[in-house]
Amino acid sequence: MDNLKQAPVPEEQKSTDCRILNECRIAFPSLSANEGYARACAAAFCAQLDPTATEISDIKCAVSEGVTNAIVHGYKDSIGEIIMTLRMLPDRVVKIEIRDKGCGIEDVSRARTPLFTTDPAGERSGMGFTVMESFMDSLRVLSNPGKGTKITMTKKFSLIPRNRR
Amino acid sequence: MQTNERGLRWLETGGSLTVYLEGDIDHHSAQTIRSRIDTKLFLTRPEELVLDLSRVNFMDSAGLGLILGRFTKASELGVGFRLSSPNRHIQKILDLAGMERIVPITAARSV
Repeated sequence: MDNLKQAPVPEEQKSTDCRILNECRIAFPSLSANEGYARACAAAFCAQLDPTATEISDIKCAVSEGVTNAIVHGYKDSIGEIIMTLRMLPDRVVKIEIRDKGCGIEDVSRARTPLFTTDPAGERSGMGFTVMESFMDSLRVLSNPGKGTKITMTKKFSLIPRNRR
Repeated sequence: MQTNERGLRWLETGGSLTVYLEGDIDHHSAQTIRSRIDTKLFLTRPEELVLDLSRVNFMDSAGLGLILGRFTKASELGVGFRLSSPNRHIQKILDLAGMERIVPITAARSV
């Protein structure tokens, strides 16, 4: 998997947004063990903003859902590459993008319906997109069947003094 | 509290089986946890199964699926079911799913 780490950034993926204050991009194989790794990376990136425990918990939950979707639905029984990009924007806003080149989603609006699941026997709650929507400020899902899915989420972090938390 | 060879921590008191879940519950860990609880549940056949969440640091929607699945299994066996002691972060995702309308949730650990 060494080639994943060294993969060049495609031109269209390079940041051209001058508002970006910091950016981190990680690529990892779609193994379920990497769900925790992705959460930890996102939490560490957001730690720059001195977030509350609730904000960190929300970010970890949303990232976990996005990465799990890519593993379970995007790549199903195969292993592919997941790319997570974390961007820090002005006004304490963090933008998180999770991208896979898996099978894509035929009907995005149906997939976003609470309790919808493609695998009822697998004891999945069908709440993944609902969690992302609820715990983040915005969620955009772009999917191309047969080519992959890109989830983009943003969250604005509060500015609460530590002694008032 | 007892721990079996598969790492499951539980306590049996009266007719109640309390299973202490720990750490992160996500899609990666849920399958192992599920099989450990189910094995213990089938062997013990208690009057009530309690999932104690006080030591759970993180849970996403895979945890909701895990809980609902255990509730269904317990119901099929005629076993009562209850959640205990979620922290405020876990409570938030339980609230999002409306879990309290489905299964009882007690704040303090009850053994």
